Amino acid sequence: MRRALFLPALWRWVPVWQRNFAVWYKLFKPAMLGNIVEPLLYLLALGYGLGSFMSSDMAGVPYLHYLASGMACASAMNTASFEGMYSAYTRMIMQGTWVGMMTTPLSLRDVVIGEIIWAGSKGLISTAAILLIATLMGLVADARALWVLPLAWIVGICFGAMAVVITAVAKNYDFFLYYVTLLITPMMLLSGVFFPVDGMPQLLQIGAKCLPLYHAIGLIRPLMLGQHNSDVILHLGVIGGYIALAVPLAIRLVGRRLLT
Amino acid sequence: MQVDNAVIRAQALCKSYQGQRVVDNIDLMIQAGECFGLLGPNGAGKTTTLRMFLGLTLPESGSLTILGHPIPAVAREARARIGVVPQLDNLDPDFTVAENLRTYASYFGLRGAAVETRITQLLVFANLQHKTDAPIDTLSGGMKRRLTLARALINDPQILILDEPTTGLDPQARQMIWQRLRELKQQGKTLILTTHYMEEAQRLCDRLAIIDHGRIITQGSPDALIQQHIEPYVVEVYGNGVQAASLADGSLPRSARIEQVGETVFIYMSQEDPNVMAMCQRENLRFLHRRATLEDVFLKLTGRDLRE
Ligand SMILES: Nc1ncnc2c1ncn2[C@@H]1O[C@H](COP(=O)(O)OP(=O)(O)OP(=O)(O)O)[C@@H](O)[C@H]1O
Ligand SMILES: [Mg+2]
Repeated sequence: MRRALFLPALWRWVPVWQRNFAVWYKLFKPAMLGNIVEPLLYLLALGYGLGSFMSSDMAGVPYLHYLASGMACASAMNTASFEGMYSAYTRMIMQGTWVGMMTTPLSLRDVVIGEIIWAGSKGLISTAAILLIATLMGLVADARALWVLPLAWIVGICFGAMAVVITAVAKNYDFFLYYVTLLITPMMLLSGVFFPVDGMPQLLQIGAKCLPLYHAIGLIRPLMLGQHNSDVILHLGVIGGYIALAVPLAIRLVGRRLLT
Repeated sequence: MQVDNAVIRAQALCKSYQGQRVVDNIDLMIQAGECFGLLGPNGAGKTTTLRMFLGLTLPESGSLTILGHPIPAVAREARARIGVVPQLDNLDPDFTVAENLRTYASYFGLRGAAVETRITQLLVFANLQHKTDAPIDTLSGGMKRRLTLARALINDPQILILDEPTTGLDPQARQMIWQRLRELKQQGKTLILTTHYMEEAQRLCDRLAIIDHGRIITQGSPDALIQQHIEPYVVEVYGNGVQAASLADGSLPRSARIEQVGETVFIYMSQEDPNVMAMCQRENLRFLHRRATLEDVFLKLTGRDLRE
């Protein structure tokens, strides 16, 4: 018997992930620089700049601490979303990378899952960079904050999967502006990254609570600030629910696009 | 009777886009070790047929097995034994030449020292050993095509699917690809190729099918098709079309068939006729006397009109 030329089912996404990792690793240094410098600037400008105008703490902690934990979440969202949109679209349409993979034993499902897990991994990388900065700046309470890493990966997978759904129906790069403007930016501003949700009008609060970033912050912020974690099941459930919906939908829509 | 050794069996394959049949009742039996050509004008349905072989396009109806695997149900197992050179290059621009091969090998679950040896061999085979670490965008069109061919061989496939492997290449690059394809055939691989170059099909293919509007019009060996469909001798007369056409009046053998395309007149004859040449010389016309080729068959069967 000749050797089987394909991987067992559970591992087929791995070469897709590795391909993307290998490309990222080639530009590791400038990529990490971006991952570190940008949040650092935000923390310095907003945290010290804006924070110094605040007479009291934000939700019981100094504003800088509050902001760092919010940005750790927002960064996972932004990075995973952009990887799942612009970069994935380039590979899917412009470079024909996905169809190239699909002429090997990999199937469309393997490719899409590999891409989504990769987008999640990029989310994790960016959150890890912020966690590192925050730790060095003394903004992290204790070692419990290490739990942030697997959570950021899951949050990244969630936003990566949602992004690939959009990518599957995108006609061109401009299409992503709708998603960014209508969903990502509002989430960024209204889910509690920069200020607590409690102060907002009721309707906006409900909206924020229906979207995953709010729940990502609900999980990650207490871990970084050394506070008590509440509603863990609810937060994980909402994020898991989005993953459970978005992944099969992404596979289906990409299939409709590529398996014509 | 011929021994049936078919690696690809397609029966009554159909596919429509927007209600338009683009693959229409295609039957194909491709034998192990042969080089089979799919010829047809632009939009004839060649690429769609090949995509069906790979399970990338689902047939509307019909049945298809490759190496005994029903497609699309068990396409993964089939694809593990197939190498593909797609019509449009999709080499990975983020990687160097060797990295492209290594990455592609990983999609088959192949890694380690065996792959490195294979990559070295394939780069020699494709005459790219001096480009091992070159980025893709520094390669010429011919080099890219050769690399794509090398990539298609990474899993040592039994079947090679080549969609227009030499389109856009210069004569040197094309000859080199032909040479390599012959070597692969000698190693026992089954080759399925599409091409718009009739002399390429005539040289490489044991058998071929001519497709138009999604239907197979004819299939057989190149020689058999020429014998079956066209007069063996052709005189092409160039220049003043009206003048050339006037040749037709009475001075040609009765069996001759005339086609006029712009300023050129094609005279198809069942026997050589020295009178025709003599007459052309007398009238001071430029002309070419030659044997009929696959191109004549192709144009006769698919017409001379432009597609799309
Ligand atoms: N995904 C698709 N959606 C709609 N129409 C399609 C699709 N793919 C192919 N077609 C149409 O099907 C027909 C056959 O296309 P195909 O690519 O198989 O032709 P081809 O023989 O490979 O042509 P060429 O020599 O130009 O490569 C064409 O009319 C094409 O426009
Ligand atoms: Mg084609």
